[in-house]
Amino acid sequence: MKVRFLSAGDRALVIEFGDTVDRELSERVLGLEAIIRSRPPAGIIETVPTFRSLTVYYDPLLTSGTELQRSIGALLEVADSRRSGARLWRVPVCYEGEFAPDLADVARLTGLTPGEVVALHSGTRFHVYMLGFLPGFPYMGDLPAQLELPRRADPRLRVPAGSLSIATSLTAIYPYESPGGWHLIGATPIRMFDPERPEPALFAPGDAVSFRPIDAAAFASIRRAVDNGSYQVENAPIAK
Amino acid sequence: MTPGLKVLAPGLCTTVQDLGRFGYQNIGVPVSGALDGFGLRLANALAGNPQEAPALEILISGPTLEIAADTARVALTGVGASLGIRSERPRSVAAGQSVTVRRGDVVQIALGRQSACGYLAVEGGIAVPRVLGSASTYVRAALGGLNGRALQRGNLVPLAAECASERSELRASVLPSAPADQPVRVVLGPQHKYFRKGSLAALLDAEFRVSKDADRMGMRLDGPLLHHKRGWDIVSDAIATGSIQVPGSGQPIVLLADHQTTGGYPKIATVISADLPALGRCRPGDPLRFAAVEVEMAEEISRETEREFAKLAATLEPVPNENGLDIGSLYGENLISGVTAGFE
Repeated sequence: MKVRFLSAGDRALVIEFGDTVDRELSERVLGLEAIIRSRPPAGIIETVPTFRSLTVYYDPLLTSGTELQRSIGALLEVADSRRSGARLWRVPVCYEGEFAPDLADVARLTGLTPGEVVALHSGTRFHVYMLGFLPGFPYMGDLPAQLELPRRADPRLRVPAGSLSIATSLTAIYPYESPGGWHLIGATPIRMFDPERPEPALFAPGDAVSFRPIDAAAFASIRRAVDNGSYQVENAPIAK
Repeated sequence: MTPGLKVLAPGLCTTVQDLGRFGYQNIGVPVSGALDGFGLRLANALAGNPQEAPALEILISGPTLEIAADTARVALTGVGASLGIRSERPRSVAAGQSVTVRRGDVVQIALGRQSACGYLAVEGGIAVPRVLGSASTYVRAALGGLNGRALQRGNLVPLAAECASERSELRASVLPSAPADQPVRVVLGPQHKYFRKGSLAALLDAEFRVSKDADRMGMRLDGPLLHHKRGWDIVSDAIATGSIQVPGSGQPIVLLADHQTTGGYPKIATVISADLPALGRCRPGDPLRFAAVEVEMAEEISRETEREFAKLAATLEPVPNENGLDIGSLYGENLISGVTAGFE
């Protein structure tokens, strides 16, 4: 698909690469964001990568949509997908009991056993496509095809903070208690968002994430460590 | 003791806001900030603050505040709003000028029926910590403001200054007109091609009304339903403030300061930034019309609006009567309290 420039008012320019959820498209979005950040044209306030597009917010007192189309168009010529700085995270998750209220339903709907659902989910390395919905809420993919389900017909009014969820081809963690329509298959004791941290959101778009099953006792002890500030989520830079 | 404003009654939704939290939308943090940025900036200019200083945003019904500082210079903005001051010298002061109040004075803010929001700035500013670079309150994630929440009865809103500076009070020569007397201008897109031609025409021709379903996140509009040509469940992309998104129901939602950073519904148009303050002032039930402009025109309007604001801020004039007594505003307040009950 050809790259398209779309206006979203007089302060936002959307650079759209496609209209699907796929890794190649995501790499193009993140590649463009990386090069814009390394050589920012004047007047840009911030950039927001999503599944299919990069939105560039700008100050019309300092630049214009036309001007940015020109300068970003030139950057598109040199952008490639060799991003740096991405990390691989290993996130502890309890896929048991009260932490996984929809696991039995998911198993029934997918024709798998709960154990198979957990094995498939925790055996997958996910890509963080984007953050949105709530501060620090990561949209991660792709789920193994056997786990793909539509959203729940009856969304919950209160999904607890830390819930690990799946819907469509994606998986996510709710950083805050909120309404939500995804299937809850586990929970993590770690804190997804903390404005006091140098990097407030745990994951950045483009990071990789895998999940490590833990039991309820481990959940409780990690939660205590998180609360007293002594827990470090296992992570490592991804070599490109 | 920390100087402050003691909250005797909080009002419907009174929050600390500045011009917004920029630079974190990529990690899902909404911009927040004042619904009516013009009103916030003018209130700050009148109070003698930098335009981006945090102030109180007042929605629909105003708070009652007791002054817990030696003196405080306050300035209220909001079409038709007024400050009722209970003190040794009770008085009412119309919005659009600064006034100095003393320890123990009780300030009651009435918004009137012409604007959904008003701003109360205090000289020196409100002394709350900046969270991710901004004092703006985002309640859903408890970020910023006073403990991340709207004001509660008994709170003390901390002030940076113990007393007002020695100078005459200021007033604005021109105040913004009531909302909705002009069409709200939009730039079509980014997904206007997802809609039927008739629905695009309806957006620009029909009259809409702000529904009761309106808050700092957005306002749902009553009016003709807008029909999608293709599906309405798109792959999520970013949402700009002022985006008019249309879910499957066909009922448009204009997204405001606290909107989520991304979303999965087609966006038929985006309100231009110069018209966001007027939109923010709209109350449930207010009529709304839209008119399309090209993006180049919208950018030029934005620049022109900045020049006009700079001119307004440079031409604030001293208030001749230092008492701030204003017969017109007293009359206005009586009118408001006499009429309101019958219409709500």
